Amino acid sequence: MTEHRHPQQRTATVEQRIDAVQSVLEERGMKPAEFIEQANHLVEEQWVPHNGARVVAKAWTDAAFRRRLFANGRDAVVELGLEMPRHHRHLVVLENTPTVHNVICCTLCSCTAFTIIGLPPDWYKDLEYRARVVRESRTVLGEMGLALPPEMEIRVWDTTADTRYMVLPVQPPATLGWTEDKLAQIVTKESMIGVARL
Amino acid sequence: MDGMHDLGGKQGFGPVRYALNAQVFHEPWEKRVNALYSLAVRLGVFNMDEYRHAIERMEPRHYLSASYYERSLTSLATLCVEKGLVTREELERRAQGAFPLSMPSAPGRSNVSGPARFKAGDRVRVRDDHVPGHIRMPAYIRGKTGVVVGESPAYPFPDAHAHGVAAADEPTCDVRFSASELWPNSADEAFVHVGVFHSYLERLE
Repeated sequence: MTEHRHPQQRTATVEQRIDAVQSVLEERGMKPAEFIEQANHLVEEQWVPHNGARVVAKAWTDAAFRRRLFANGRDAVVELGLEMPRHHRHLVVLENTPTVHNVICCTLCSCTAFTIIGLPPDWYKDLEYRARVVRESRTVLGEMGLALPPEMEIRVWDTTADTRYMVLPVQPPATLGWTEDKLAQIVTKESMIGVARL
Repeated sequence: MDGMHDLGGKQGFGPVRYALNAQVFHEPWEKRVNALYSLAVRLGVFNMDEYRHAIERMEPRHYLSASYYERSLTSLATLCVEKGLVTREELERRAQGAFPLSMPSAPGRSNVSGPARFKAGDRVRVRDDHVPGHIRMPAYIRGKTGVVVGESPAYPFPDAHAHGVAAADEPTCDVRFSASELWPNSADEAFVHVGVFHSYLERLE
């Protein structure tokens, strides 16, 4: 599309293009095939929303942990054996209450705390969500199935730097007294992004 | 730069195509792209700010029509060419077709002022800065006023880090804006919080 030097030449497919790049990295001794295998393991097995769900469940059941989580999210998740990439230097945990609703986005690209809440779903990266959620939060959440009462305060968090955010949902009253493991099962990626309440 | 990527508040888009438990990847090649840009960052071929900026430098029609992972692929390939790992001609020969890359970079800049300090509760204004290079200030907050609600550790300063310019690391402030001040009479009532580098801010007396 930006190529005007060879108007007769069709644009290579995305597969042909990544093959070309991969072959360059291979020749440079960067071992791309091995790294792809490792990365697939990370995205499928390690960076899963169940990590964040465990953080939420622990915060619901352990008041001291909850305080540490608000004071320094990055240090607190380490207690659960979770880690964040070096460049994510700060994790801010946003507390939903019966009268406050938090929702996260990244209008400039698609940043998330992916090691904790999982890689962002397709719609989070789409132009529609990025353009609209900061300006039409209540409307967009409503369209996505979350009708918030008019008196509910909405706080949108735009991930413009390497600070990462996650939402701490309100614990459903019916689950009081449940074990951490059982609680973690009900916490969804959507609730930690803030497009759903539990 | 006031690029096509800077989407916050743009109007005219339709409903979010939303599904519960939505997929992260749709095609196998997308996972390879995601792994390989991350490998290049890990090996120091380029940094995250260079990577983000090379996406922003995509020709606007290409940016809007490309999927998320095609944008990632375009940045990776552009930086491999700009860092001298391969020529564009060689990439096109291997890909057996045209390989659209991003537009050239404009100069970056270093920190704007001395280490101004802000604390929670301070009222601040976002400077009316227009820069041709990388910046992590969404245009919708430019010139707007808000209240500091938090501060981060220091990060590499993106306006410099994306361009190989020397700069001191800088913290960001989480600044709370009112949607009705950002878009008067034209937004749902809400607080919008943005992580804003100190260099983008001035204190309001």
